Amino acid sequence: MSEPVLVRRRPRWLDVVGVLGVVAMGFTVWLGLWVTPPDVVQGNLARLLYIHPPIATVALYWVGLVAAGGSLLYLWPRTRSLFWDRLAASAVEVGAVFSALTLVTGSLWGRPAWGVWWTWDARLTSTALLLLLEIGYMALRRVPAEPAIRARRCAVAALLIAIDIPIVHFSVDWWQTLHQGGTVLDPGFDLHVHGIMLWTLGLGFLAFSLIFVWLLGVRYQVEVLQDAVGDQELEVSLTERWSEDTELVGVASGDRDPHAGGGAP
Amino acid sequence: MWHDAVLVAGKDLRIEARSRVGLWQVVPFALLVLVLLAFAIGPDQAALRHAAPGIFWVALLFSTVLAIQRSVAVESGEGTRDGLRLSGIDPAGIFLGKAAAVGLQLLALQLVLWAGVTFLFDVRVHVVWLAVTASLVATVGLACAGVLYGALSAGLRVRDTLLPLLVLPVLAPVLLAGSKAWEAALNGNASSGTQWLKILVPFAVIYLVVGLVLYGPLQEAA
Repeated sequence: MSEPVLVRRRPRWLDVVGVLGVVAMGFTVWLGLWVTPPDVVQGNLARLLYIHPPIATVALYWVGLVAAGGSLLYLWPRTRSLFWDRLAASAVEVGAVFSALTLVTGSLWGRPAWGVWWTWDARLTSTALLLLLEIGYMALRRVPAEPAIRARRCAVAALLIAIDIPIVHFSVDWWQTLHQGGTVLDPGFDLHVHGIMLWTLGLGFLAFSLIFVWLLGVRYQVEVLQDAVGDQELEVSLTERWSEDTELVGVASGDRDPHAGGGAP
Repeated sequence: MWHDAVLVAGKDLRIEARSRVGLWQVVPFALLVLVLLAFAIGPDQAALRHAAPGIFWVALLFSTVLAIQRSVAVESGEGTRDGLRLSGIDPAGIFLGKAAAVGLQLLALQLVLWAGVTFLFDVRVHVVWLAVTASLVATVGLACAGVLYGALSAGLRVRDTLLPLLVLPVLAPVLLAGSKAWEAALNGNASSGTQWLKILVPFAVIYLVVGLVLYGPLQEAA
């Protein structure tokens, strides 16, 4: 009833992934900031490219895969299990962090490279909309409901969001290219990456993917604990109510005894 | 399914016709948005004419949220949703019916908005078929996506605040493509306008099909 759920340790492999992720991240930072040379065209600015594309990849593809896949598997009657629901919800929440980071790192790069923090470019706009959609999903998730009902509602919402993303992407893509031929968008983004720079970029991808898996796992554990705490609180308050009731009954019957005879209404 | 859809649409439209909420609240609100956005842009006639398609679609989008909230509120009375579910009507039929009712109201609203834009911003639609096609297709998409998200938020105590947050980003492609198509229609530039139908048509088709499939499970979750 009121026990070991709360002290359950997270699995060992998750800790290993976390440690590997941090180590890979450390190497990425070291290689990115000290070992690699500045870029010919962009100078030190190019160093941001070791983390920005990996973060964006996680935010778009890994998160999309886990969230949409988990929701689909939850809705499919044969594979229905709260595991998939919790996994999808964790992915969306971690995804919101990565989407926000994508915007922040992109913005940091855009200010010196384009001269503005923000431009109405297709990719920026669709990423911002993705973040808003994820926040909407999280708001829906927070609405109290039975776990099964909440899971179904959230799974449908996640799938609706998933089908909207390609549409958003294409629409803003067209929106940009149709009417603003030559924009500030710098072809310098298409860097010729090679040698140590390529290795650093590859390591960045690995590091952020590991961190994503680790965060996803930890968030999943938190989700399980939250549900367990919810159940426990419910049981505790139920037992309290029950004992109150029996006390009241005891008091009432004790009161009634002396004046026995008059049938209490 | 079609018969059920006609029944549900008829019911919703009859309720609207009798309560006049659409007429006295949604339509004035849409016109209010037109005027407010014009205030924000200022009295520069050229700027207003340039912004007119965008203003039209923003007003339409906000009003869509109101229309959906209204469409959900109609079913939010004591046990009304359960009654609808127990009536044995095909969920796909309910979806189609509710979407049709919302869509018809939105079409009527667009006629008013069209008049408003013409009157206030002094613009004229040069390629009428393009504007009408864009509006018709976008209406299907708005109504279908809207009813789906309405069902998602039905029965929640925070429905009124949650629905705009959920549905407005989803409707963003319609805003974009619709206003660009209208811009082309106003400028008499049909060829660039038809491009945007390629966004509006898939949006409408996808949300129509997804709605037919997912409305049943959603109803059970509400």
